[in-house]
Amino acid sequence: MAILEAGTIAPEFSLNVTPDQKLSLSELRGRPVVLAFYPADWSPVCGDELSIFNEILPDLLPYRAELVGISVDGAWSHDAFSKQKHLHFPLLSDFQPKGSVARSYGAYRETEGVCERALFVIDKSGTITWSYCSPVAVNPGADGILHALKAFPKEGSGE
Amino acid sequence: MNRLSIPIGPDDHTQGDRTALLTLVEYGDYECPSCGQIQPVIQKIQKHFGKRLLFAFRNFPLAELHPWAEAAAEAAMYASKHGKFWEMHYLLFENQERLSDSLLLELADQLGLSSSDLSVALEKNTYRPRVRTDFDSGIRSGVNGTPTLFINDERYDGLLGFDSVVDRIAHVLAASKV
Repeated sequence: MAILEAGTIAPEFSLNVTPDQKLSLSELRGRPVVLAFYPADWSPVCGDELSIFNEILPDLLPYRAELVGISVDGAWSHDAFSKQKHLHFPLLSDFQPKGSVARSYGAYRETEGVCERALFVIDKSGTITWSYCSPVAVNPGADGILHALKAFPKEGSGE
Repeated sequence: MNRLSIPIGPDDHTQGDRTALLTLVEYGDYECPSCGQIQPVIQKIQKHFGKRLLFAFRNFPLAELHPWAEAAAEAAMYASKHGKFWEMHYLLFENQERLSDSLLLELADQLGLSSSDLSVALEKNTYRPRVRTDFDSGIRSGVNGTPTLFINDERYDGLLGFDSVVDRIAHVLAASKV
């Protein structure tokens, strides 16, 4: 399954962001969104892609861009994982029905039952402007995201 | 394929011959256990290739994950200013499990450097911009975790054991001779 490409309208979703709260893509309309699908919480490496994305959040501010992580892990797992990693961006739970959002982006690995390592940059009107899928064993860096965001105007305070 | 955005330059901390055919760049974090584990492997690789390999270390502190990583990197830059970068580099990795403000000062003392000057530098974040320069170059190069290695400017995505890295370097060396 190939991931959705630039020019495609980003499929709407509404997923748990905490055990009792949901977040929809449409709620983020009006600002660029970065979706980071990843296979699983608790991967054994300490400096993985999420930790790196966590460190570049200040670089997203000028674009008023929102970064969200998505995996099939449950909301409680996300909660514990996020606390342990000191993540300052939301993790969404594509848990029930499992992987349905990842599937709609072409970012689901049927055999393993987990999300691909896939990145999507979505403009403020909801169109995908950049997407990238890396081999699942290889963490993508943050350079692709930052490069894709450069196409957008800087309008945030940058603070 | 991810490539090093900024090649090894005069501001880098390097070991080996600047004109060497082979370059190995490590983006690392002094508090990261995986970086600590690869330290002896890097030294073994350096020994293996000898003069043919130029090694550079660049800072990539994951400060949200490792509370002492940034201060440790700044302490290394302070030591560098006084010509003792590698001495501090090794001490930091040796002591990575007990990093603290007082330990950093103790290590400066041990190297015959002024611990009070280091204390002031840490408080004023004197060396933060220098550490940031390394970090930003890493982000732009597609650093995807710590440690991330670049062999002749190309990101290495394989296993971090001696044999795997040496295989890759040997492969690059053979290809560059063609």
